[in-house]
Amino acid sequence: MPSYLVSIGLEVHTQINTRSKMFCACRAHYGEPPNSLTCPVCLGLPGALPVLNRGAIEKTILTGLMLGCEIPPLSKWDRKNYFYPDMPKNYQLSQFDLPLCEGGGVPLYDLAYPKDAQKDIAQPGKVVRLTRIHLEEDVAKSTHHQNDTTIDFNRAGTPLMEIVSEPELESPEETAAYLNSLRQILNYGGVSDADMEKGQLRCDVNVSVRPEGQDELGVKIELKNMNSVSAVRRALHYEIDRQITALEHGETLIQSTRRWDDDLGETQLMRTKEFAHDYRYLPDPDLLPVRTGALLEKVRPLVPELPHQKIARYESDFGITHYDASVIASDLDLSAYFEQAANTLLEREDLHLKSPAKRVANLIINDLLAALNESEKPITKCPLSAAALAELVTLIDGGKISGKQGKEVFAEMFASGRGAAEIVKEKGMEQVSDTGALETFITQAIDANPDVVQQVKDGNEKSINFLTGQVMKLSKGQANPQLVGQMLRDRLSN
Amino acid sequence: MPTENFDVRYVAALVRLELTDEEASTYQQQLDKILDHMRRIDAIDVSGIEPTAHANPVFDVMREDEPGKSFSPETALRNAPKQRNDQFVVTKVVE
Repeated sequence: MPSYLVSIGLEVHTQINTRSKMFCACRAHYGEPPNSLTCPVCLGLPGALPVLNRGAIEKTILTGLMLGCEIPPLSKWDRKNYFYPDMPKNYQLSQFDLPLCEGGGVPLYDLAYPKDAQKDIAQPGKVVRLTRIHLEEDVAKSTHHQNDTTIDFNRAGTPLMEIVSEPELESPEETAAYLNSLRQILNYGGVSDADMEKGQLRCDVNVSVRPEGQDELGVKIELKNMNSVSAVRRALHYEIDRQITALEHGETLIQSTRRWDDDLGETQLMRTKEFAHDYRYLPDPDLLPVRTGALLEKVRPLVPELPHQKIARYESDFGITHYDASVIASDLDLSAYFEQAANTLLEREDLHLKSPAKRVANLIINDLLAALNESEKPITKCPLSAAALAELVTLIDGGKISGKQGKEVFAEMFASGRGAAEIVKEKGMEQVSDTGALETFITQAIDANPDVVQQVKDGNEKSINFLTGQVMKLSKGQANPQLVGQMLRDRLSN
Repeated sequence: MPTENFDVRYVAALVRLELTDEEASTYQQQLDKILDHMRRIDAIDVSGIEPTAHANPVFDVMREDEPGKSFSPETALRNAPKQRNDQFVVTKVVE
């Protein structure tokens, strides 16, 4: 049985978060009453004339710059003809031969892979090349009922970027990583929330398989109707198996479009190549071409630090591990939180903290993310400010409380929103670092355990731990164990 | 009958037009003549001439991303042959 190679290419449609629509001044907003955001242009009324939204063009160019695309000097708009009630002027305004962006690529970040696939990444650091990015208009929203269909035009005319990749993805897992990485980058640029479940990011997936050793790609099958990254992954697993089984049985695959049914967990034939759409693109005479030069110069300074650059900076500037840096950088709001807490501490040289940034990262990854997850809160709704977390770190790093107590205090802070110092005081946790008080306990421990004291004097270093334990007991757990150990050593070495 | 230029029935299907045999024959001949004329234009040597993206040499007509006024749902739906819950009602279309 030959093994098979898989080639997957994506057409991702993502809404741009502009304030107004692409070709008219209606507000671009989700969740408004039906047909309350319309005008002659987005309703497709005869004679209405579209005008380009500069903001949408700038954000598309910004996306192109973030993804390393070429921005050709001239771009224009075309009509893509088709008949469907979600587009009553019978053509979608899109871009055909002169798109805003060409080439470029999407890096696949390790943590963008599905969790169960992160241990076994076939090609770490892979960058998937892009064909192009063009700018078009979203269509109206259709709702299908038993006997008819209803149409709401609020969404019609929302700026929509189509990001087209080369067929370089080789597994459902890489495809999931592509979508997650792309979303992260779009978030970083403030271009789109790109939430698939809210319909802000939608994708058509082209997938083909071919026997190993064959150079040309297999027959291309297009998949539609996947509403989440996990659905894309499921659909691809199903479809790849289906295609391989068909080839094994000597069947010939035909170029076609299939719909994914997430409930049934299968793809179903929609149409074959014979009935493929013929869009008859033609240049739109109502819209004038755009020269990108000036826009490009305006947008270039807005290119943000990208996730991989942020990770590298966190490793070098804050000394945290690559993994910790990747987890934090995967969410822009979380990164801002981390940086605020870590920088607050790094500025306090007077506190002589040992590794404050590392402790902040540990608390975030081990405690904060779990607590947020459990309470289903985003980081922006965190009951603990970055400054409050920093305060907790000063108490742990400064030896006032132990790491274990720190976890307890954290849980209390998260639940109540109160400050660390207040909780520590109330719970009587403050470690006794007052040497006078400790001397008394140490004397008591030494007097009560002459045998152990002798062992220490004979050079048995481990016996110190026993004595430290006794002092901790006498102090009801509030002594600073490092300090006690040091004081015992000093006393017994004399 | 389709000619080497095009098939009028295919084009009619794309634009959702139903043609009688007589109409099909008339339009096939008329459009063929137009396409023959296009061939003459095609034959002109344009090497060395810069392509244009629009008939007028005008560029960069854009507006700022500022929201303006929209129709009320009542106005938007005023021409709708059928409506329900402030939405346009159309024949059920599931692709």
